[in-house]
Amino acid sequence: MTVLVLVDHDAGAPKKISNQILTAAREVGGGGVHAVVLGEGATASAEKLGDYGVTKAFVWDDGDADAFATEPRTAALVAALEQSAAPILLYPADPFITDVVARAAVRVEAGVVTDATDLELDGDTMIATKAIFGGEMASRCKVREGRPQFIGVKANAFTAEPGGASECQIVVLNVSLDDKTRRAEVIDTVEQEAGGRPEMTEASFIVAGGRGLGDAEGFKLIEELADALGAAVGASRAATDAGWYPHQHQIGQTGKTVAPQLYVGAGISGAIQHRAGMQTSQTIVAINKDADAPIFSIADFAVVGDLYKVLPPLIEEIRKRK
Amino acid sequence: MRIICPVKRVPDTAAAKKVDPDDHTLDRDSGEAILNANDEWSIEEALRIKERGSAEVIVLCMGPEQAQTTVRKALSYGLDGAIQVTDPAIHGSDAVATARVLAGALADEEFDLIIMGNQSSDARTMLLPAMLAEFLDLPALTYVKQLDIDGNTLTAQRETPSGHVVVRADMPAVVSVVEAINEPRYPSFKGIMAAKSKPLQTRDLAAVGVDAGQVGLEGSWTQVVEATPRPPKQAGEKVEDDGSGTVGAQALADFLAARKFI
Ligand SMILES: Cc1cc2nc3c(=O)[nH]c(=O)nc-3n(C[C@H](O)[C@H](O)[C@H](O)COP(=O)(O)OP(=O)(O)OC[C@H]3O[C@@H](n4cnc5c(N)ncnc54)[C@H](O)[C@@H]3O)c2cc1C
Ligand SMILES: Nc1ncnc2c1ncn2[C@@H]1O[C@H](COP(=O)(O)O)[C@@H](O)[C@H]1O
Repeated sequence: MTVLVLVDHDAGAPKKISNQILTAAREVGGGGVHAVVLGEGATASAEKLGDYGVTKAFVWDDGDADAFATEPRTAALVAALEQSAAPILLYPADPFITDVVARAAVRVEAGVVTDATDLELDGDTMIATKAIFGGEMASRCKVREGRPQFIGVKANAFTAEPGGASECQIVVLNVSLDDKTRRAEVIDTVEQEAGGRPEMTEASFIVAGGRGLGDAEGFKLIEELADALGAAVGASRAATDAGWYPHQHQIGQTGKTVAPQLYVGAGISGAIQHRAGMQTSQTIVAINKDADAPIFSIADFAVVGDLYKVLPPLIEEIRKRK
Repeated sequence: MRIICPVKRVPDTAAAKKVDPDDHTLDRDSGEAILNANDEWSIEEALRIKERGSAEVIVLCMGPEQAQTTVRKALSYGLDGAIQVTDPAIHGSDAVATARVLAGALADEEFDLIIMGNQSSDARTMLLPAMLAEFLDLPALTYVKQLDIDGNTLTAQRETPSGHVVVRADMPAVVSVVEAINEPRYPSFKGIMAAKSKPLQTRDLAAVGVDAGQVGLEGSWTQVVEATPRPPKQAGEKVEDDGSGTVGAQALADFLAARKFI
């Protein structure tokens, strides 16, 4: 089956999650792989896609894609779907991208399955495995026959492997926008954080801190450990509510769902609402001074101890061994 | 100004979930059900808009009959009225079908703003705000952590992984909010008492102009093939630090090295 992949990119290069999804499209789809790349830097990003076996990339490198929220990109995605004619669209499970896909789905009458962690092809139908109810249950979902299939794929569900080396043909999309699509205007972009750390929902490793840190200052230690491991920083609601760390890093029921290869929680008790956002992580490590902390019941490795005593020598040790 | 607040009835996170073995839908009577937590922030934001100027705020809920308790709960915060869409054919509806029903319920309503949570704790698709906006042909400002209204213009901070983007649109529009936007209040005793007599309209599918074939298990565009409890995770090794920190640190570093994380 030809699979169209919505490629997210940054500064002229596809993001890691995009390469992971392209790999899935190639290996599970078993047919051709098309890509759609939107916004500033799309052309430069598309030029790198041949390495992952993309034969055709639909590109819309237009200023309107970034000057207005969601709707211009929706129009471009719909145009790409028409031109590609691929019956399956895979996209990165990312909030702003999900908006674009949601609108496009209503327009082209596609079914949408979100947050896939595994994919298999059954005839012409892609079946997605996903966690439901905060990871309490697993499910397999699909789009009904005869409809375009849109499937959101979570970061790190697949390992990115270049392959299927091919010449990628770049097709510039012809997108005609009416004024209505320019009704949500982006007037500023504010970066509150210095770059350099991986994004939490994309990261392979996450170090998360909670109320046990005692104050905002404590997050310096969490950041130091994160940097030693090459990890992103997460937080419990107790920590974000207290203003110790920005809300966008909150993991859990009312925050974000993460499933990294490694989750390290320090000073986090592991309340059910926190677990609902991280319990499908592949390896869970917890540091807590309370031997009965609920997080220990799902931890692959538990350290009962004071995080202020344990983390500094741990950071030292990691730096030494790297 | 007239504001619509869509809210969802969801199972309590702590409640044991039971899934029907045949159609894989959640048995919504098996545990305690509550107002979706993320909808408390949208209700609070609507109330603040109401208190700053004047606004009528209407709760909109698609759900079974029992969802009336959720609707009354939402009203108890001080909202003005409610529309509940209930119909046996709705059981098993996916995101598109839900958006279609909510849009149908609003087709003949006048409103300036729809303000909703960014995610439901059970389905957690995050699809609803954009899909509802698409059905109603409105702009959507989603994942909003700060909302300012000046005349007819909304200026919103949309949360990003490292900050936010500022986006502006005119009403009518759909807004979805994240937890950082405000600190929700508790309903007052007066509010709880008043909620019992607030106007609540119950509508069936015909009343919202949606065909039964477009909703429910059969009418949904997605299908659950299988749903199974995940085997409970086993606790692994536990090391007691001796108070120095080095014992715990060494053991943990060894573990991370053994798993090839370092
Ligand atoms: C509707 C609803 C939604 C929610 N959504 C979320 C959500 O999305 N995400 C979320 O995280 N929570 C959420 N919560 C809150 C959740 O119930 C917990 O209150 C929260 O997760 C607790 O955060 P915590 O583990 O950091 O704090 P606590 O539960 O207070 O735990 C702190 C831990 O730190 C340990 N500790 C203290 N000092 C030290 C030290 N020096 N060294 C080592 N350990 C130490 C303590 O033993 C304790 O276990 C929600 C709650 C509700 C009601
Ligand atoms: N059945 C429903 N009735 C009313 N509003 C809903 C319903 N389902 C979802 N919503 C709204 O859509 C938001 C996002 O939910 P979801 O797309 O399921 O993650 C919720 O916070 C609610 O505001």
